[in-house]
Amino acid sequence: QTRSITGKVVDENNQPLTGATVLISGTTMAGAADLNGIYKINGVAPGTYTLTASFIGYTSAPQSVTVGTDNATVNFSLQPSSKSLNEIVVIGYGTVKKKDLTGAVTTVSSKDFQTGNITSPEQLIAGKVAGVSITPNGGAPGAGSTIRVRGGASISASNDPLIVVDGVQLSNDGIAGAPNALTLINPNDIETFTVLKDASATAIYGSRASNGVIIITTKRGATGKPVVNLNTQVSASVLTKEVSVLSADQLRDYVKANGNATFQGLLGTESTNWQKEIYQTAISNDNNLSVSGGLKNLPYRISVGYLDQKGILRTGYLNRASASINLSPKLFDNHLKIDFNVRGTASKARFANQGAIGAAISFDPTKPVLSGNTNYGGYFEYLDSDPSSATGLKQLAPRNPVGLLEEREDKSDVKRSIGNLQLDYKFHFLPDLHANVNFGYDASEGKGTIVQPDFAASSFRRYKDANNVLHSGVNNQYNNKVLNTTFEGYLNYVKEVKAIDTRIDAVAGYAYYDYKTTITNYPDLTTDGTVVSSPTYPFDIPRNRLLSYYGRLNLTIANKYLLTGTIRRDGSSRFSPLNRYAVFPSGALAWKIKEESFLKDNTLFSDLKLRVGYGLTGQQDGLSNYAYTPYYSLSSQTASYQFGNTFYQLYRPIAYDPKRKWEQSATTNAGIDFGFLGGRLTGSIDAYYKETKDLLAPVNVAAGAGFSNTFVTNVGTMTNKGIEVSLNAQVVRSKDVAWDVAFNATYNQNKITKLTFVNDPNSTGIASGGVSGGTGSSVQRIIVGQPRGAYYVYQQVYGTDGKPLDNVYVDRNGDGSINDKDLYLYKQPDPKYIFGFSSNVSYRNFNLAVVMRANVGNYAYNNVYSSTGTRNSILNPLGYLNNGSTNVLESGLIGANDKNVLSDYYIQNASFVKMDNASLGYNFGKILGGSAQLSVSGNVQNVFTITKYKGVDPEVNGGIDNNIYPRPRTYVLGVNLKF
Amino acid sequence: SVFSCDKKLDLLPTNDITSATVYKNADGYKQAFAKVYGSFALTGNQGPAGNGDVQGIDEGTSDFLRLYWKAQELSTDEAVIAWGDVGIQDFHNMNWSAANPFLKGLYYRSLYQITLANEFIRQSADDQLSSRGISGEDADKIRRFSAEARFLRAFQYWVLLDLYGSVPLVTESDLIGVTVPKQADRKTLFNYVESELKAIEPTLAAPKSNEYGRADQAADWALLARLYLNAEVYTGTKRFDDAITYANKVIGSGYSLISNYQWLMLADNQQNTSENIFTINYDGLRTQSYGGTTFLTHAPVGGSESASNFGISGGWGGARTTKNLPNLFPDYTGAADKRAQFYTNGQNLEIKDQGAFTDGFAVTKYRNVNRSGAAGQSLDFADVDFPLFRLSEVYLIYAEAVLRGGAGGNLGNALTYVNNIRTRAYGNTSGNVTSISLDFILDERARELYWEGFRRTDLIRFGKFTTGTYLWPFKGGVANGKSVEDFRNIYPIPTDDITANPTLKQNPGY
Repeated sequence: QTRSITGKVVDENNQPLTGATVLISGTTMAGAADLNGIYKINGVAPGTYTLTASFIGYTSAPQSVTVGTDNATVNFSLQPSSKSLNEIVVIGYGTVKKKDLTGAVTTVSSKDFQTGNITSPEQLIAGKVAGVSITPNGGAPGAGSTIRVRGGASISASNDPLIVVDGVQLSNDGIAGAPNALTLINPNDIETFTVLKDASATAIYGSRASNGVIIITTKRGATGKPVVNLNTQVSASVLTKEVSVLSADQLRDYVKANGNATFQGLLGTESTNWQKEIYQTAISNDNNLSVSGGLKNLPYRISVGYLDQKGILRTGYLNRASASINLSPKLFDNHLKIDFNVRGTASKARFANQGAIGAAISFDPTKPVLSGNTNYGGYFEYLDSDPSSATGLKQLAPRNPVGLLEEREDKSDVKRSIGNLQLDYKFHFLPDLHANVNFGYDASEGKGTIVQPDFAASSFRRYKDANNVLHSGVNNQYNNKVLNTTFEGYLNYVKEVKAIDTRIDAVAGYAYYDYKTTITNYPDLTTDGTVVSSPTYPFDIPRNRLLSYYGRLNLTIANKYLLTGTIRRDGSSRFSPLNRYAVFPSGALAWKIKEESFLKDNTLFSDLKLRVGYGLTGQQDGLSNYAYTPYYSLSSQTASYQFGNTFYQLYRPIAYDPKRKWEQSATTNAGIDFGFLGGRLTGSIDAYYKETKDLLAPVNVAAGAGFSNTFVTNVGTMTNKGIEVSLNAQVVRSKDVAWDVAFNATYNQNKITKLTFVNDPNSTGIASGGVSGGTGSSVQRIIVGQPRGAYYVYQQVYGTDGKPLDNVYVDRNGDGSINDKDLYLYKQPDPKYIFGFSSNVSYRNFNLAVVMRANVGNYAYNNVYSSTGTRNSILNPLGYLNNGSTNVLESGLIGANDKNVLSDYYIQNASFVKMDNASLGYNFGKILGGSAQLSVSGNVQNVFTITKYKGVDPEVNGGIDNNIYPRPRTYVLGVNLKF
Repeated sequence: SVFSCDKKLDLLPTNDITSATVYKNADGYKQAFAKVYGSFALTGNQGPAGNGDVQGIDEGTSDFLRLYWKAQELSTDEAVIAWGDVGIQDFHNMNWSAANPFLKGLYYRSLYQITLANEFIRQSADDQLSSRGISGEDADKIRRFSAEARFLRAFQYWVLLDLYGSVPLVTESDLIGVTVPKQADRKTLFNYVESELKAIEPTLAAPKSNEYGRADQAADWALLARLYLNAEVYTGTKRFDDAITYANKVIGSGYSLISNYQWLMLADNQQNTSENIFTINYDGLRTQSYGGTTFLTHAPVGGSESASNFGISGGWGGARTTKNLPNLFPDYTGAADKRAQFYTNGQNLEIKDQGAFTDGFAVTKYRNVNRSGAAGQSLDFADVDFPLFRLSEVYLIYAEAVLRGGAGGNLGNALTYVNNIRTRAYGNTSGNVTSISLDFILDERARELYWEGFRRTDLIRFGKFTTGTYLWPFKGGVANGKSVEDFRNIYPIPTDDITANPTLKQNPGY
């Protein structure tokens, strides 16, 4: 005879949780809660069972029940599961529970990652973290992103955050042949990103922490039976928007209206859309397989992946094979925990010639792709009217965009392995004390070849040898090897001291990092192997080291008051012994108000915590390795000087700064973490003020006082201040529907407050932001009182018809002439506000997720307009026609003067709202008799952009929009099978 | 102790070396010495570009000659340029400001070469030589190097005092990074240049006895002659007697004009040692930059000109001349006076638009071809050496100084020297003159020395640079030309140095 088990399932507010499932563990017997939250499982034989209740977004403890002669009753009260405060967060040299954090730290775990065709890990968290902007560097396969945490803290040194993968601190230097270093980590292997933002969190990383720290933790094995996870995706990427240039007919009309007979005679009869010729729909696929489980006491995870990505710019691709192994055994009765990771990647890539992008904009559309003869590979090229021309080609004319693509094979072959062995030993005689050592390495070899056939126009007859024979083509190679090694060791002592109701967690450690690159230099060769130029030195081995001591003390008093103090002393080989070491301290305090008696039983607040912190961090990345000491460098052979009949290579003294020292950033952060309604609404607000002193910035050296007229030295001060808000809400929880939204907003204001040793109110700062369209033209300044990269331009005067007047600018200083004294500061490239928004709706087995981002207050310089959208650029005097931006039809600008490119007309509002990602998934649940789980998803990336910006994409790193590889829209179909 | 690891942080570069290694023997000295010269010709330590000496300016435009040429020629009737590089049109429009990138580049280039010279002179001091165990012949060689470094330094101070007036004066006694350079007025600079040139005279090689490309006593005397010719402009005191003295020394050193004017600026002009006194050496394979004579052979080629006639693979379509220069010749074609090297086919004599290459005649004086017509070693970088001093100029200095009342010379010799020049120009004596005047000398200097970097200095000496007495198309930015303020006879000290060195005073008017 059987009995039934019945009961009620309610949420944290005692409301029925309709649709919740109650399952008898180890069986398929289950019941679902009805409108009143009542479930019933019939046909239960007497015995003792374990019951679990489940509902999306909630957790419950299993309950045990013994069914005897009577029916049994078991009630469940479920708690919201997401954003669990007991979540463990990885911080430097240890972990801490989320609720015990004292600094501004955000964790994004794999379930919240962006989805789709993601080839570079940082794109997983784009738009997900307040205070972090992740701007893709373009749409090329594997292209990375520029990551800025709270705006970055430097001018001349690096603004990239420190990235730590399983305890291995990566070098930010690139790897030859890899589009970006992070590309060589398979995004599918990543479990969490933890972003440490304020100094109290980052200071334990001391000298490399000024720009924030991103800790990447990879997936680990578990106990139990092996679980196989198979992911496969196929995607199609398409160009979203062409640059708006004149069509062939428009160009013909324009030249007939504006050009003389000579120019009109240059017109052709074809109609070629060069952008169509160079772009393609790119099909890619990405396959990943992982097996994780436990083999007796040995948890393991093994993964392999293979990515085959094509670029939308024809000829480009990235093939990447990756594999990783993680073993995390615990030995000696759990006293020794071992964590062993090895990951390897081998990639083969061909880099499409991005010169074709600009060429496709400016190449004359009235000309055909193919010439009809076999010269220059059959591609149409502008020819020199001079029959005795050596190359037959028009010098300085753009080359056929399709020829540029097809006739350049730029291929790389990169291998990289990152691995570490971490041992954590809990002393037998003193279990409160752990010793932790971590050995890590990051080794890579990037090599490649750049080959152009001897008929390629771009290198045709480029070199004349001593016998006056002309040689063509390119046959070059490169090879870089990187070996970075890390040793870290620390002792960790954790003790609950009951007498004073205090938990002590202390860490003291030592670290040593060695970053070494071996660059082999090769000669420049033509296709037939003729040496055009030889390297000065056969190889170079740039190297730098860091040596560190650090300590941290965490005190948790009465589970209410959290104190953290850290200190780190770093030494860097990049500084002279006088300034080699620096100390970076920090302190933070947190108060868990929720734990106070007056709030303990409050049902409105589920969490309330205040945090304040202060710390110093440093910066030395991005500096040359040896610039504190006087050296002489030898010139290349092509920079020799002739005395008599002998050519001498030159010894040049290098400018050096013996006093160069660490940049130091002092950050104050205050934050509040809160949760309402049993955790249905959680969030945090942080305000920060970061001042970077001894900023390494270029200064003008008094002429005659040094071997360079500008010089990077510790001179500046810069501030970043801002507010970050992040909110997470479980908007709907019902039987079939769960809807979560996450929102974050960042306000950051960057300002340079000092830039010269002697304060000079008339200083116009340091020029930056070179633009094409005028040799040596720059449109930005680094200048006191302004954010980095503020635009510095002429104020355009407009006619009554609203069109810009050619070569007419506002005489801002009123001296009757227009010159550089009339330049003014106008707008800046960095956004003032950054927003991120994620929404995830589940309805039964369906899941719909979107990620949106917005930047507000950022401006971009439209260099496509300024360099191509003028009459003089189209009707150029060199004997061929250029195509130009359709802006020339609106503006009517002639562009005969040197000020046109400096007009504020070209600075455009680049604020935007973008939907980065929309995905729809369906989970088939258990298939094949319950032995497997299947889900499928469809995904669109780069869905839409709303902006006033006139160029192709308003998201421009650094603010100058010039022939950026366009980011495609990508449609992805994915299947996940787990068994 | 914990600090025992400190040594791990002492890392050395793989390839770069310390001064002790550079200067350990005479060969190393010579390579450091070659940099002092090489900073004339090159933009940096990587040819053609990629590791520039001067920061804050496009490297391709940052060599000495290209910048000097722009400042001396584009500001005058001899040259206009089509390009839109920021600041480049300011020269011809005569509205430059202290932030002009080219004026900044030239200023820093000159002072960079001075700084290199100072360092070399310090390293070559007798106590340094003896401490490094260098003696005898090697030490003598290095002492001569040092004297030549002083010559190059004096030359650059002459450039600076001519163009910028009062500039910082730094010498070997000002250590790197220790002292703030102090500004010296034009008169002080003049005296310094004069005393340096006289002090090194005995140590320099006798005329025509040094290695090709290195300065000798004739270069020293030629610079003194040039300095004295302009002394009145610089100091208010006439020094025409001295100009004649030193012109005579050069002329008496055995120089003679080469036979064909049109061979002066060709790829194989290293043969012109009878006429060239001191050259900046370029080489299409081994001394590559986008400045120097590569600029001078590429920038004036455009329109329907055949690039292969210039020994290059294509022109840059930039530089031409105003009508004033061709109008100084009896005809534009060079039929009579072969110095008239203009390309007129499809080019308009009149300039309506400075940005249109076909407005204004192109100048064909600089060509990267040999006397035989064969192209130079490279089609992208010129072999043409640039004479900073050649005999013609010294002849004309002599004649002008005589006409201005200088003692120690005579009109007869002056007439002979001028007719030497004109006989070569015409190929016979048909162009010879029987009398000369100062105005004639100014015109003759243009005919003989155009596009060689003299014009601005000449017009100033003749009071015609800023004034309304002499106009050219677009002088002052208007089509028919107009006078501009007199302060424009001196260029401004670049803003960047005024910021970096607060002791500097800007020139009046800027």
